[in-house]
Amino acid sequence: MTITELMPFSVLVPLIASLVCALLPGRFWPWAVTLVAVIVSAVIAAFTLPAAAQVTLSYAFGNWPPPIGIEYRVDAANAFVALLVAGMAAVALPWAKKSVDKEVPERQGAFYALFLLALSGLLGITLSGDAFNIFVFLEISSLATYGLIAHGSDRRALLASFRYLIMGTVGATFLLIGIGFLYIMTGTLNLADLAERLPEVRDTSTVRAALAFIIVGMGLKLAMLPLHLWLPNAYTYAPSFVTVFLAGTATKVALYVMLRFVFTVFAPDWSFVVLPLSTVLMILGVAGMFAGSWVAMFQPNIKRMLAYSSVAQVGYMVLGVSLVSVIGLSAAFLHLFNHALMKTALFMAVGTVIYQVGSARLKDVRGLGRTMPWTLTAFALAGLSIIGVPLTAGFVSKWYLIQAALDQGQWFLVVLILVTSLMAVIYIWRVIEAAWFQERSIKQPDVGEAPLALLIPTWILVALNFYFGIDTRLTVGGATAAAEALLGGGMTP
Amino acid sequence: MRENGILRVVARFLIPLIMLFGLYIQFHGEYSPGGGFQAGIVFAAGWILFALIYGLDAALKVIPERAMYVLMVAGVILYCAVGIAGVVLGGHFLDFYPLLAGKHAAQQFGIITVEFGVGVTVATVVMLVFTLFARRKSEWKAAKVEDE
Repeated sequence: MTITELMPFSVLVPLIASLVCALLPGRFWPWAVTLVAVIVSAVIAAFTLPAAAQVTLSYAFGNWPPPIGIEYRVDAANAFVALLVAGMAAVALPWAKKSVDKEVPERQGAFYALFLLALSGLLGITLSGDAFNIFVFLEISSLATYGLIAHGSDRRALLASFRYLIMGTVGATFLLIGIGFLYIMTGTLNLADLAERLPEVRDTSTVRAALAFIIVGMGLKLAMLPLHLWLPNAYTYAPSFVTVFLAGTATKVALYVMLRFVFTVFAPDWSFVVLPLSTVLMILGVAGMFAGSWVAMFQPNIKRMLAYSSVAQVGYMVLGVSLVSVIGLSAAFLHLFNHALMKTALFMAVGTVIYQVGSARLKDVRGLGRTMPWTLTAFALAGLSIIGVPLTAGFVSKWYLIQAALDQGQWFLVVLILVTSLMAVIYIWRVIEAAWFQERSIKQPDVGEAPLALLIPTWILVALNFYFGIDTRLTVGGATAAAEALLGGGMTP
Repeated sequence: MRENGILRVVARFLIPLIMLFGLYIQFHGEYSPGGGFQAGIVFAAGWILFALIYGLDAALKVIPERAMYVLMVAGVILYCAVGIAGVVLGGHFLDFYPLLAGKHAAQQFGIITVEFGVGVTVATVVMLVFTLFARRKSEWKAAKVEDE
């Protein structure tokens, strides 16, 4: 079996395993089946990336040749995102066991089945080369995600999930309208075929409207600044494991879809000219960086603080895209990967605190630095990465982003990136101050260090943050290959 | 509504026809308009009519809730199994040609099996959704009686 024939199974294995999971009783077997499926999926994704970096892989479902049949078309860009998604799921799952046992005590078969559906949906979006198929997988992953968020023990999780459902459905509908317009104009749904046929008809208002609909729709799923309102509540009230998984994957996949349409389907020499996309994305990116960091500085709940910080980090990625250069796009892909690493580590540390203390409010973390040193040190080190201290993954992506800005002589962007990094120092410092420099009040219960089953995966991710801060071959190489694949071999408009 | 004679007689007469029509749509799906999704909905509508007339408890005796869960999953597993069979026999996922010798026979066999899986899943999911909502109503009523 060649890697081309194996590649679709990174989507199919979680999909089929979710069916088995839905029927399994108890607490051990659903988790074990999920773990096996996720590891298989991640291994396949890991083998796909080097193969896809050399030559674009294509797999026709049901042997119906594309563009008529549905095709999985994988180049460096989607292989990179797929590896990130599957890898994050594989790293987060060993951590999940204890946390899920506590937060979702019943019907874990259904819970893990939803998780696997969400994972296979996200992977399907990245690998598929068919516009309508992307929409279908988007719905699969979104519906599963709404279910996962609603599993939160807080009753407000239901409202957060419903809100996300409304916003997410609007986003998916916009994407569908955009795809529908493209189909009206070209009569094809295959992305590669669309890219070939669009130049003939692209000076029409229908195609321009399609571009606008797709960007707004994906901007919603991506939580780009004015469309981010679903994200803080969804991340805050979802079970810790769901937050850990979503923070690393869901918004990244939405960004990938947006880039795939803007760069591959519409071609950047048209989409950045017909709409003032570069300016709009730059303003929204910078506004997201500021507003997200600003609101994060005043949040009393750490989970919510990190959610707003995610809005800010999405801003960095959008800013990288708005520069429309290979190095800018590489910076966006790099930050996409590195942000997943650091946010997953941070949310794992917070989830560990929730496991021990039962809350993530800042005042409940007071004095925990002494009783739970390993957990909060992990938080502090992952926090260094989000600030962008040298030798961490966060530094690498910010460095590339600054280089991309300097490359175009945009000095003010460098200043803005540094200022928002300083704001990150403030919100991370608030947690450190509460944990180490404030006394635990007598009324609060004493807690010990968290179990190793939670600490070891957290520390593995913290270690990865430092590893990818020093050895950047995989991340920078993959991100550059992804950016070049999207821009068509390093061509800049 | 069990006491209403007209409803009972009409339902008794209609339910077999509805289910037969569902099966008709199911097994004509590969050539004429129809297929698993529509068939599943029609089939489940017959069951829902039964539940409306004779009550949820009687309807759940026909097909218990646990069986619905299992069938719901079994339908999709059947679909995936046909897909995997294509891979095992040397083709792509959901490739029907390797399944049988004749080209037409292979496509027909593949589509009918896959659509049957779809039909089973859609029918049981619709039944399950109805059951969950119907149960909610009776739970809500019970809670109200307790309050009074």
